[in-house]
Amino acid sequence: MKLAGQTIELLKKEIILEWRSKYAFNGILLYIVSTVFVCYISFNLNPGFKQTPGYPIVWNILFWIIMLFASVNAIAKSFLQESKARLLYYYTIAHPQAIILSKTIYNTLLMSLLSMLALVVYLLFFPSKVDDILYYFITVLLGSMSFSTVFTMISAIASKAGNNGTLMAILSFPVVIPVILLLVKVSKAAMDGIDRSLSLNNIGILVAINVIVIASSLILFPFLWRD
Amino acid sequence: MKFIYKTWWKVLAVVLVFYTLISGLLFQVPRLDILHETIRNLYFHVPMWMAMLTALVISVYYSILYLRTGKEEHDLAAVECVNTGMIFYGLGLITGMLWAKYTWGEYWSGDPKQNSAAIAFLLYCAYLVLRNSIDEEQTRAKISAIYNIFAFPIMIVLLFILPRMTDSLHPGGAGGNPGFNKYDLDSHMRMVLYPAFLGWSLLSLWIATIRYRIRLIEHKKNAIN
Repeated sequence: MKLAGQTIELLKKEIILEWRSKYAFNGILLYIVSTVFVCYISFNLNPGFKQTPGYPIVWNILFWIIMLFASVNAIAKSFLQESKARLLYYYTIAHPQAIILSKTIYNTLLMSLLSMLALVVYLLFFPSKVDDILYYFITVLLGSMSFSTVFTMISAIASKAGNNGTLMAILSFPVVIPVILLLVKVSKAAMDGIDRSLSLNNIGILVAINVIVIASSLILFPFLWRD
Repeated sequence: MKFIYKTWWKVLAVVLVFYTLISGLLFQVPRLDILHETIRNLYFHVPMWMAMLTALVISVYYSILYLRTGKEEHDLAAVECVNTGMIFYGLGLITGMLWAKYTWGEYWSGDPKQNSAAIAFLLYCAYLVLRNSIDEEQTRAKISAIYNIFAFPIMIVLLFILPRMTDSLHPGGAGGNPGFNKYDLDSHMRMVLYPAFLGWSLLSLWIATIRYRIRLIEHKKNAIN
């Protein structure tokens, strides 16, 4: 298993690099906290909103929108921060599939951690009744995994195409909309405490989308990095 | 590629499209509530999506071929197929919206399939923007081929899988098969619908080949010998 060994080594390298600077982690965490705080202040301008029946719906959707933009920003730089010379070095020593796989796994770990913290901060500022909190957490984990798989591949494409933020957004949002729709549906069901077995269908599609995205990035990335 | 220079299938396309135009408007159709005579739009709305799908499938095929061989013509074929697919995409949306106005009451009723179609439309718009953002020809060809292959399964999920999972105004919502069994009880409609699929698909192929051949001439003219 040469591929697995290489993937683990590259993953270790990513984590060590991040551990030394803690730039991505702290940066995105601050991004999330400030966004949540802006939302908190803005919503407080309208007293009594928390008692309205629309509040849980807004609560759920707002959380996913914040996570969407946070993950775009977090993952967009996964190929940006690599210098051209260093990328060239990787390509001489590692398999391309190991590179994309290690990036995807690293982003998944980073986003899972961040989204957990984000959810805690969000619940702190916007208290809401979540009936099935464990299931909501699982949905959030699944969501951060789905965002990571999609955005890692798109950021690889965008980095080859001049690397601007606009391109990253327009390329990834249509791909990620079905994921968001499913996530909002599943997480709303978790909020309302609807029986878990009823959401299994949607979770199945989410997992299937992830498998498709990972499979196509594994197939396509070797073509992408060759210049 | 010899196929695109043949004449017989172009004649077939014209014959089939005229056949569906005439028989689609004149043949007997089942009388159903709400739908009434608008059911004839089935012969024009659904084949647009078939034509789009044909063009996009061929485009993915040429994108894969481009990645394997690196020939510039394959990239031209892929992009012209997407352009043609987009025309039929637009026509499919417009015919659907007109039909929706008369049966559901609104041009846009937020039906899952309509929304999915709009998102998938954005997906292919992004493909065209991506192409414009890269100047270097080979990089552009390679990256847009990769994005085209990446986008295709997502488009399939959006148009053909997700709408079936929820309640939809389109036939086949909530886990059903979006076949036409509900409508063509007397199977008269199949006699028009299936030739329409083939006719419009061939027509879209024809448009794509003409555009491709124009691009090929331009490409050869600009080449440095």
